[in-house]
Amino acid sequence: MKGFWTAVRAEWTKFRTVRGWVVATAAAAVAMVGLGLAPGMSGSCGKRGPGSECELPVGPNGDEVTDVFTFAHRPLTGDGSVTARVASMTGQLEGSGRAVLAPWAKAGLVVKDGTRPGSSYAAVMLTGAHGVRMQYDYTHDRAGSSGGGPRWLRLTRAGDTITGAESVDGAQWTDVGSARLRDLPSTVEIGLFATSPQYAEMVSMSIGSMGASTEPSQVTAVFDGVAPGGDWTGTVVGERGRPIGGYTRDGDRHTLIGTGDIAPATAGAAGLGTTITQTLVGTFAALIVMVVVGTLVATGEYRRGLIRTTLAAIPRRGRVLAAKALVVAAVTFVTGVLSAAVLVTLGQRVLRANGVYVHAVGTATELRVIAGTGALLAVAAVLALALGTLLRRGTTAVTAAVATIVLPYMLVLAALPVDAGRWVLRVTPAAAFALQQSAKQYDQVDNLYIPQEGYFPLAPWAGFGVLAAWTAVALAAAAWLLRRRDA
Amino acid sequence: MSPYLRAEWSKLWTVPGTAWLLAGAVVGTAGLGALAAAACSPGECAGGDPTRTSLTGLHIGQCVVAILAVLTIGGEYATGMMRVTLAALPRRPAVLAAKAAVLAAVVLPAAAVAVPASLLAGDGPSMADGPVLRAAVGSVLYLLLVALLALGVATAVRNPAAAIGCVLGLLYLFPIVAAAMADEDWQRRLQRVGPMSAGQSIQATAGLDELPIGPWAGLGVVALWAAGALLLGALALQARDA
Repeated sequence: MKGFWTAVRAEWTKFRTVRGWVVATAAAAVAMVGLGLAPGMSGSCGKRGPGSECELPVGPNGDEVTDVFTFAHRPLTGDGSVTARVASMTGQLEGSGRAVLAPWAKAGLVVKDGTRPGSSYAAVMLTGAHGVRMQYDYTHDRAGSSGGGPRWLRLTRAGDTITGAESVDGAQWTDVGSARLRDLPSTVEIGLFATSPQYAEMVSMSIGSMGASTEPSQVTAVFDGVAPGGDWTGTVVGERGRPIGGYTRDGDRHTLIGTGDIAPATAGAAGLGTTITQTLVGTFAALIVMVVVGTLVATGEYRRGLIRTTLAAIPRRGRVLAAKALVVAAVTFVTGVLSAAVLVTLGQRVLRANGVYVHAVGTATELRVIAGTGALLAVAAVLALALGTLLRRGTTAVTAAVATIVLPYMLVLAALPVDAGRWVLRVTPAAAFALQQSAKQYDQVDNLYIPQEGYFPLAPWAGFGVLAAWTAVALAAAAWLLRRRDA
Repeated sequence: MSPYLRAEWSKLWTVPGTAWLLAGAVVGTAGLGALAAAACSPGECAGGDPTRTSLTGLHIGQCVVAILAVLTIGGEYATGMMRVTLAALPRRPAVLAAKAAVLAAVVLPAAAVAVPASLLAGDGPSMADGPVLRAAVGSVLYLLLVALLALGVATAVRNPAAAIGCVLGLLYLFPIVAAAMADEDWQRRLQRVGPMSAGQSIQATAGLDELPIGPWAGLGVVALWAAGALLLGALALQARDA
């Protein structure tokens, strides 16, 4: 073991005495922090005087939520139920006026703890393209039948259990699901609702980049057969500016026009604001630099013939490679973690000061993103080191390392169609960027879950595993060849 | 033929990598272009512009061409050959000019094969069409300008590995930062000044109004980058000890 630490010390001495490598490592940190803090994003949150601050309601589970919908309601004390038929749903995009029904436009019945945004609720609904759903407390979603309208719906409260049911004819009923809402008071608001989320489309913007186009959509839902009868109060819940839509009644024909969503809040194209992942956009610049440095740590010795001295001094060749890997990984990890920590803490503030809404994330996620950025850079640099050991010639090795590690990520962001990009992010070393994802992806919220918006196809540590596997294979091959070949 | 050109020509062709890199540029460009054209259903990729889809392979082509350009001068610094070159041919700007000329002489024919091959391998938009012809000619020039840009950077940086990192960073920095920006004004600003994002607007045959910069103006931006890099390289070459 003592021999190993001697080798590590030798490698560390070599690293810190090459001025170019030290400068490059510092430059990587500066580039990463500089790109992340550059004022390239601005928003309007808090910029138009008091009341323009962007605040999202917080749901019963502590998640930030969207809770904007048109509600025709009345109080219900104790147990009870409401039944209605969704006769029709028609949609429209508010910007272009195109007649499009958003896939997650919702019309149905809801029982809710008052009309305060973010309060506990359970709802059964017909959606634009996802059939009948039972949803409660924002994050829970259960599918019913997949057919379209018209459809009968019923929502029943018994104690703290809410049951949703559907029917084609109003006679034969099927349960969609039930929810236990523990904190529901004895008096709740019950009634009809309609809402329609942001409509997002993938557009290929100008050359070399893909982007999203979004506009608000609205739904016009017509209900009939509403039981019990009597009067309902129309409210647009959660809308602080101009209320869009509303409630009108003509006999047993209730029309609700709604815009918004009852769902967990997401970042990106169809959501509000951004995430801390946004502050790490400069990671790829640091990646290029550290990949070049990692390669040169191996090939530099071959260029000057120093490798013969090194191997004469430390004849156990595997040990030399391990020591190099440790030094490169440690230097890169520390650089990456420090830069990411600065960015995640300071970058959030810069974005907020520019009026951009940044989604709150838990400390565990923040730590994973920071440590993950360091780990991603460190392991990528070790992969480059292994490639350098395998190929020995500096230019060839840098080209190979950049082509396997950096280029895939660049192609995903700048050139490839979305589906091809997802595959690249599953199989190439670039998969490890998943460590930087801080936003949650919800199936029941329409959004563009694309890498440009900080959503990756693999789970964070699975993505890291892909990079680690590449590195392990390359490192094993490098160790084997280093032992076998003459220096 | 001037001794400067003759020296550079024989150096370029006696290095084993040159022919391979040129072949790689052609095969990579046309291959990725054909793959992209096959993978994208009509209208899905590149804003529904089949010409741009077929030219996706330029992402590989520009990398290979940049490597070739970096090696023409970086390789000499790596081996110490540069001292011999400058001893034999003391007019340093002329050495760089000769390298640029020789590089252009091999990159242009390779690009002139790679670009039409990509277009033919794709859905085959007819090159008699005005905008398609513009895209084809412009893409050939684009590859040449990327090579000259890389030559300039490599002359200034000298270490070939670091130079390749710099060139790739320069090319991809602007589109990636732009893609991560939510502010559209900033996106367009970045895309107008970035060598790759501005230069690739020459590939467009449809939706010209939505481009951040016009096709020929975009190619002009790359030309400015290349000229700036060559100037920087020439100054560094003149001022520094080899």
